Amino acid sequence: MKVSYYPGCSLHGTAKEYDQSVRSVSRALGIELEEVEDWSCCGASSAHSTNFLLSIALPARDLIAAEKKAQDVMVPCAACFNRFKTAEHHLGHDPALKAEVEEIVGGRYQGSAVVRNPIDIIANDIGLEALSAKVVKKLAGLKPVSYYGCLLLRPPEVCRFDDAENPVLLDRILTALGAEARPWSFKTDCCGGSLTISKTAIVTKMVDKLMAMAREAGANCLVTACPVCTANLDMRASGGAGLPVFYFTELAALAMGQEGPEGWFRLHRTDPRPLLQGLGLL
Amino acid sequence: MKSFLAEVNEKINGVPIQRCYHCRKCSAGCPMTSAMEHNPNRVIKMIQLGRREEVLASSTIWLCVSCETCITRCPNEVDIARMMDVLREIAIGTGVGAKEKNILKFHEAFLANIRMGGRINEPSMMVHYKLKSGDLFSDMAMGIDMFMKGKLSLVSPRTKDMGSVRRIFEKTRQA
Repeated sequence: MKVSYYPGCSLHGTAKEYDQSVRSVSRALGIELEEVEDWSCCGASSAHSTNFLLSIALPARDLIAAEKKAQDVMVPCAACFNRFKTAEHHLGHDPALKAEVEEIVGGRYQGSAVVRNPIDIIANDIGLEALSAKVVKKLAGLKPVSYYGCLLLRPPEVCRFDDAENPVLLDRILTALGAEARPWSFKTDCCGGSLTISKTAIVTKMVDKLMAMAREAGANCLVTACPVCTANLDMRASGGAGLPVFYFTELAALAMGQEGPEGWFRLHRTDPRPLLQGLGLL
Repeated sequence: MKSFLAEVNEKINGVPIQRCYHCRKCSAGCPMTSAMEHNPNRVIKMIQLGRREEVLASSTIWLCVSCETCITRCPNEVDIARMMDVLREIAIGTGVGAKEKNILKFHEAFLANIRMGGRINEPSMMVHYKLKSGDLFSDMAMGIDMFMKGKLSLVSPRTKDMGSVRRIFEKTRQA
């Protein structure tokens, strides 16, 4: 299948291992990515926290650019995904706002390119059987907890691809890779998001709680699909005592025997290599 | 003169917040209540009572991290996360400013960075924020570690058609 691809700013910087692993896994699964032409930032929390119209107009510019190709848009970053889905929702439900935004952006919005997250595309379009057929090295001994955070699933009528309180697709993907996903109750709890810069102490408290709960669930790592969650979990645990954190696509690439994972793991602040070496996975 | 409640509802442009019957599901699920001086449902009551200055000058409206747990669980579909956005917009627009100054400074540095290059360049955005906030030295070791690992590149690809990005900022600028 062919999809448009919106990497967003983080995937060109601090989350480059997410970008590279998404590209690598997509290639292996037969998902052809075409980058949205001359994209710009979605505005993230900073736009919607201060200026509603700006927060719709910025993603609308990218959606209009993506619509030149009649195909779904893959948005791996949870924060971008949420802003795109929110814009899609408002533009689809509020004709007056749509007209205003079209005038601001200088283009017509048709609603023809559906915004989707790679979890959704891999679990539902590619399918778990096709995914597990590509696995050459089962992730035996790896006990991850799935961590969705806030922005992939809320609000449910906007995001709509998995249960908002107890999502299951990421667990199923990890199971298909041969990992032993651990059940826990904190899949959709908040990591503190962008307050990590301006209110670090609050975020450390939130991350410590998540780490404690993951350990209590018997996990030896956490798995995310969000650069902000990953940055906070990977870097904000007090005393550097956090469990390793992976993007789900890094683990998929590892299980599929692809080139790249070891280099990506070097970029993490909490080095996951000792864990993987101990399990004979690296 | 329009009541504070009417002003907020008009800007939310959705379910009127007085549908809240204070079941406190929002406050029970809110990850930030321990740091807030007013719980989310209390903010609704304060708006109904017309306690405008107190609400706009509170840290609560800035500490809301927009996790959207409240709107997901509200039995009356009151969009509290959107309400917090609206309150922040009013606080900025009326010159009340932000009780949590650094949170607003972060947002300003972030948006200024988009306006400059169309996309965020993380190191230059952080330098801008640090100069604005005066919080120069926190996270230095982490920044250096990321730089050494090649995660922070000082030059990253920008949007080519910057005219269209600047036009969006111009046309959405609030009076």
